[in-house]
Amino acid sequence: MMARVRRRDGIEFSKLYSFVCCKVDKWRPEVGGPGFTRVVYCKEPEGSEAMMNNYPNNYVRTTKYTLVTFLPKSLFEQFRRVANFFFLITGTLAWTKFAPYTAVSAAIPLIVVIGAAMIKEGIEDCQRYRQDVEINSRKVQVHVGNGNFVYTKWKNLKVGDVVKIKKDEFFPADLLLLSSCYEDAICYVETMNLDGETNLKLKQGLEVTSEFNSDDSFKQFRAIVRCEDPNAHLYSFVGTLELEGGQYPLSAKQILLRDSKLRNTDYVFGAVIFTGHDTKVVQNSTAPPSKRSSLERKMDRIIYLLFLIVFSMAAIGSIFFGIWTKDDLENGTMKRWYLRPDNSTIYFDPKRAPLAALCHFLTTLMLYGYFIPISLYVSIEIVKVFQSMFINQDIHMYYEDADRPANARTSNLSEELGQVDTILSDKTGTLTCNIMEFVKCSIAGRAYGHGVTEVERAMARRKGPPVQQTKANSYDHLDNSGEAKPVIKGFNFYDERIMNGNWVHEPRPDVIHLFLQLLALCHTAVPDVDENTGKISYETESPDESAFVVAARELGFEFCQRTQTTISVRELDPLSGEKIRRVYQLLNILEFNSTRKRMSVIVRQEDGKLILLSKGADSVMFERLTKKKGWDFEDATKAHVNEYADAGLRTLILAYRELDEEEYKNFNQRFNAAKNAIGADRDDLIEEITETIEKDLVLLGATAVEDKLQNGVPECIDKLAQAGIKIWVITGDKLETAINIGFACRLLRQKMKQIIISLETPDIQEIEKAGDKLDISRASANSVLHQITQGWQMVDVSKENPEEEFALIVDGKSLTYALGADMKDMFLKLALGCSSVICCRSSPKQKALVTRMVKLGTRKTTLAIGDGANDVGMLQEADIGIGISGVEGMQAVMSSDVAIAQFCYLERLLLVHGHWCYRRISTMICYFFYKNIIFGFSLFLYEMNTSFSGQPAYNDWFLSLYNVFFSSLPVIALGVFDQDVSPKICLKYPMLYQEGVQNVLFSWTRILGWMFNGFSSAIMIYFLSTKALEPQAFNAQGHTAGRDILGATMYTSVVWAINLQMAISFSYYNAIQHICIWGTIAFWYFFMVVYGFLNPVRSTTAYKIFIESLAPSPAFWLLTLFVSITTLIPYFTFSAIKAKFFPMYHQWILRQISKEGRLANKENRSRDHGS
Amino acid sequence: MENTDTSTSTVRRNSKRPRYSKFTQQELPACKPILTPRWVISAFMLISIVFIPIGVAALFASRDVVEIVDRYDSECIPANETDKVKYIQTPGEKSCNRTLTVPKRMKPPIFVYYQLDNFYQNHRRYVKSRNDQQLRDSKEANSVSGCKPEDFNNGSVIVPCGLIAWSLFNDTYSLSRNNITLNVSKKDISWKSDREHKFGKDVYPKNFQSGGLIGGGILDPNIPLSEQEDLIVWMRTAALPNFRKLYGKMEVELQENDVIDVTLGNNYNTYSFNGKKKLVLSTTSWLGGKNDFLGIAYLTVGGLCFFLAMAFTVVYLVKPRQLGDPSYLSWNRNPGWR
Repeated sequence: MMARVRRRDGIEFSKLYSFVCCKVDKWRPEVGGPGFTRVVYCKEPEGSEAMMNNYPNNYVRTTKYTLVTFLPKSLFEQFRRVANFFFLITGTLAWTKFAPYTAVSAAIPLIVVIGAAMIKEGIEDCQRYRQDVEINSRKVQVHVGNGNFVYTKWKNLKVGDVVKIKKDEFFPADLLLLSSCYEDAICYVETMNLDGETNLKLKQGLEVTSEFNSDDSFKQFRAIVRCEDPNAHLYSFVGTLELEGGQYPLSAKQILLRDSKLRNTDYVFGAVIFTGHDTKVVQNSTAPPSKRSSLERKMDRIIYLLFLIVFSMAAIGSIFFGIWTKDDLENGTMKRWYLRPDNSTIYFDPKRAPLAALCHFLTTLMLYGYFIPISLYVSIEIVKVFQSMFINQDIHMYYEDADRPANARTSNLSEELGQVDTILSDKTGTLTCNIMEFVKCSIAGRAYGHGVTEVERAMARRKGPPVQQTKANSYDHLDNSGEAKPVIKGFNFYDERIMNGNWVHEPRPDVIHLFLQLLALCHTAVPDVDENTGKISYETESPDESAFVVAARELGFEFCQRTQTTISVRELDPLSGEKIRRVYQLLNILEFNSTRKRMSVIVRQEDGKLILLSKGADSVMFERLTKKKGWDFEDATKAHVNEYADAGLRTLILAYRELDEEEYKNFNQRFNAAKNAIGADRDDLIEEITETIEKDLVLLGATAVEDKLQNGVPECIDKLAQAGIKIWVITGDKLETAINIGFACRLLRQKMKQIIISLETPDIQEIEKAGDKLDISRASANSVLHQITQGWQMVDVSKENPEEEFALIVDGKSLTYALGADMKDMFLKLALGCSSVICCRSSPKQKALVTRMVKLGTRKTTLAIGDGANDVGMLQEADIGIGISGVEGMQAVMSSDVAIAQFCYLERLLLVHGHWCYRRISTMICYFFYKNIIFGFSLFLYEMNTSFSGQPAYNDWFLSLYNVFFSSLPVIALGVFDQDVSPKICLKYPMLYQEGVQNVLFSWTRILGWMFNGFSSAIMIYFLSTKALEPQAFNAQGHTAGRDILGATMYTSVVWAINLQMAISFSYYNAIQHICIWGTIAFWYFFMVVYGFLNPVRSTTAYKIFIESLAPSPAFWLLTLFVSITTLIPYFTFSAIKAKFFPMYHQWILRQISKEGRLANKENRSRDHGS
Repeated sequence: MENTDTSTSTVRRNSKRPRYSKFTQQELPACKPILTPRWVISAFMLISIVFIPIGVAALFASRDVVEIVDRYDSECIPANETDKVKYIQTPGEKSCNRTLTVPKRMKPPIFVYYQLDNFYQNHRRYVKSRNDQQLRDSKEANSVSGCKPEDFNNGSVIVPCGLIAWSLFNDTYSLSRNNITLNVSKKDISWKSDREHKFGKDVYPKNFQSGGLIGGGILDPNIPLSEQEDLIVWMRTAALPNFRKLYGKMEVELQENDVIDVTLGNNYNTYSFNGKKKLVLSTTSWLGGKNDFLGIAYLTVGGLCFFLAMAFTVVYLVKPRQLGDPSYLSWNRNPGWR
């Protein structure tokens, strides 16, 4: 059976593509062989054969856990953290005799902490689940027999079902396109969710199935599909269709992928091929690389340091304990007889002192575990949830026009936003709107279009008024009036010479005619006619294209219909002066790609003439122009193109060529063959063939479209530069364009010295012409190295003079060499010496490479911002990826960490949110270590005085609830609310941002300082308490203070000290913070009372401790007051001195503002007085 | 283009515009204290103003207390005994006489304490060696978990079990002035909650110190634990190795230069671990016993704060900050950051 299939299959192919059959055969995998086992019985999803295949249902699950796996999987996730694992071990050990406290009390905080983290995971997953349910419950029409279609839920679809999809609906699974509302079974598909491309893609069903295009026709439909197994290749599909005895090959052209959308087509019929997790889009989804902030990485190191401290303290304690224990029994006489060393357990046995010491080591490890802040991770997570909520909810980062708020997609990087050292930015769509406007053109050597671009304005500013171009001047008023918004989107062209059909009176109307025809024909746009108004809008692959067709329309060549083979244009007939509809036979489209940098169409005009219309980048077009000197305006056009590039415009060269029938026939055959070839060298083959026809072109002219800068971009870049953030722009533009855009967005400033590294030098070009690849690369490398060295010398020399600023501009070719292993360091050094860096003509891969180089080379935080699918690599490579949710689809947003709608929101995101988040998290972490060191070290000090026996100073429950109840809320409040200065001031003094970049708030000195503060506070608390309480009577009734009283008093002092410490380190109090601090302290007293009323077997030493012993005793109150205030004095004095002599920037700002305020007040008062 | 058109029309219906609230916009009303010199100086001044009077009061309270401390552990060993441990371990009457002179008038109540030094009542093995269930509930007499090795005696449970009870302090003091015995009351020397809730009224000592190795004092098996106040005091373990515990109370007034004769029963072994034993007579003030530490500490810190307040004032007057001089900025001074 299988052999037969294979043979017949082979026949089919050879019939269709006889000329390349060998090649295809070699590549073509065997349907039915390994990897190609899928068999789909269309219309019979429940047939016995189909059931045997056991394909998954169409439910797609994006949740991390299911009900069953949630517990084990999320627990595993939690215990992967070192600290949590440590607590798991100590928690388990707590059930043994090693434990210095009761097991339950040790388990509770761990359970609370892990539980909270798991609940958070659960809630997040629940949201994903709800989304899943929503998607999986969407309705689709499915065939149920006899040509009846009924609605069913997506998840109920099975392999083999025949479904009907209507316009603007998503495909519920991977479908085989059978037929559509069009006769030739074509349909248009938008794949934005798959690859981020907004253009419409054309799919076409097989001819044999195209007749099944009505509900009823499916009564008789019966087919079997044999195809490849599920895989992740979006653009390939291999299979065969067996229909009515015949076998037909299937390709990706017939496959409609899940998550793409049907556009411009009323309905299609399709058969379900892959369902659920077999679909290509699900197979394709990979988890984004998980990023951790540098702060957290450092935090881990601190935790390791704490582990080291804990281990060494435990080791020291164990040694002393061992010595003293051994000492207790000497030759059978007991020293500390009350401990019964003669009849001891293993933990205290003097006869086995080393073993006892070892056990003791484990015990104290558990005890000193309080050094490690158990609730740190979960608190940080809670705080970050709030922080990302603040980012999402910020009304100042909401973009009204597109209805898009900011969206922090990963919450765990918020503090990283406050530490960005280098921003790597895409240009198009990120700095600019990615809305192209047709502003100028050059036809037959004459320049048309009077618009003034922003770049030109910037240039004019730069050059000063005297040099201002007269042209710009004279049309300024026009431009200003239309500046608010061009009436027609994508068209900002004004020139009465060619508008309204006036072009017929220009010197070369024939060229203009061809030029406009080209604009109307050479594209892949699809017209969309509004039924009510009759107005036509266009679906295009890129905004540039849209600008062209719109321009053509506005200039009298209205592209109005596209079929598979024709393009209809309503155009002005130069002879009659009337609008007539012309239909052009569209023969071939030679598509655009980034290596070809051009696109051509071959059309047959109504009079039968064959012409090739071509548009492309100047670098590839000029060399393909005919050498025959026919029309002599090449130089003029070149000059115009340069002028446009200077003005920051994107230019394209337009050219055409008449073809004769013979040449075309020859070409078409070879081209089709190449197109149908499947294999790695297919693209090369096509390239080679197209080269043969795209030559000897006749120049028509050039177009210039403007990509407008987004609102506020120059100001934003200015602010970010003031904040000391280095900005690199990585763009695909030409050098000149990039430089001019650089000036327009104030990335480059007039006083800057430009260092340009480029391979567009004459001698390199000379070698390139010679064409020896080895020579070229050697010479290029040398040249780049030379330029880098020269640049570095310039930077190095001017080091003494900090006023001097440099800008580095590198082109793509040089970048290839500069990123090589041998030059990388040198290049990076040079780049870091410059204030601005622009890389132009760079590919997506280079973007990612540059990002990696900066990230690894500087070891500082990098932020990448971009909007398109080509920025994805860069976004994932950088420490933080910011996606602009703009015109170019969602691909960048999907792989970003934070999505914003406009570049200028970056200012607020970094300078306000980033600054705050950094400040909050770093302060919070420092504080966490402080509070746990106080607690842990006071335990150590006390334990030292119990002859290192591992006895904790505090009651078991006091111990275990410390982290969860008595110290965490205020810290979380700090993490959520603290603000050093208001947003206004953050933006007014961008230098403030350097706090994060230089990491002053989380430097080792600061961390160690806080730790030191913890140690010293613990020492103070311990010594002041013991010295004041012991050994005399504690109250007037003559009772002395036992372990219970000392413990509770010390604990009270600790609670006060840490909470007051929090209070004095806040720089911002709102009501919630007050509640958190004072509430925590009050809760401690409340807890003592309640806990004290429990059965003494439970509460042990805490039984009625507060009511009976502590509260009535003035000594308790005076002591806690004294201890808690005194522990704060060193810190308070230190920060007072620091604020006075070495203020932090925010303190300086605040002081300045308050002084200014006072001065202003005084002035006001004196003025009032005077009047 | 069509795309944006449809999306703008949906905006009106279902906008994603964040709703304004003071919380989400982080604009909650708040006060933002700045660490200005004025603030610093007044904080220090406030502390010193509060602390110094408290310090004075505490010091006065401590000075009011009259305390007599007499260390007797070595003196109460007969001079001819070389092996102190052996002496104390041999059973028999080991009485000893001490005389104390009252330095100042002592008003009642006068508390009698014993003080032990270098005795680790807070050792983990020791602290845990008790059973709270057994102590408070006669039905739980068999709960002896944690009491090893003082849990069973020849197969029957010991009440109260554990090392703490077993090592009960058993030196006795009888005090007399001018040959008139001073009555030392043992009533109410323990915490009330201990008597009422931790030690049962119907729990009687059983098998206590009745065999094997004898530790410390013995208990009258006919008195319930809740009335054995010596035991109750002893069982509230001390925090530090040097501690004082109430022995009894005297309701007499002692005059200056009164001579008090103490007849000691020197029974408790602190010699094997070089512990000291002291007898302490002390009155109390509102703040408790005699300890100058708290008062002095208060005064010191109060004085320090006063000094700091002055210092800051001087600095503030002598060297006021120039307005708008960012050269003070801490990181601008640090050239190493780039």
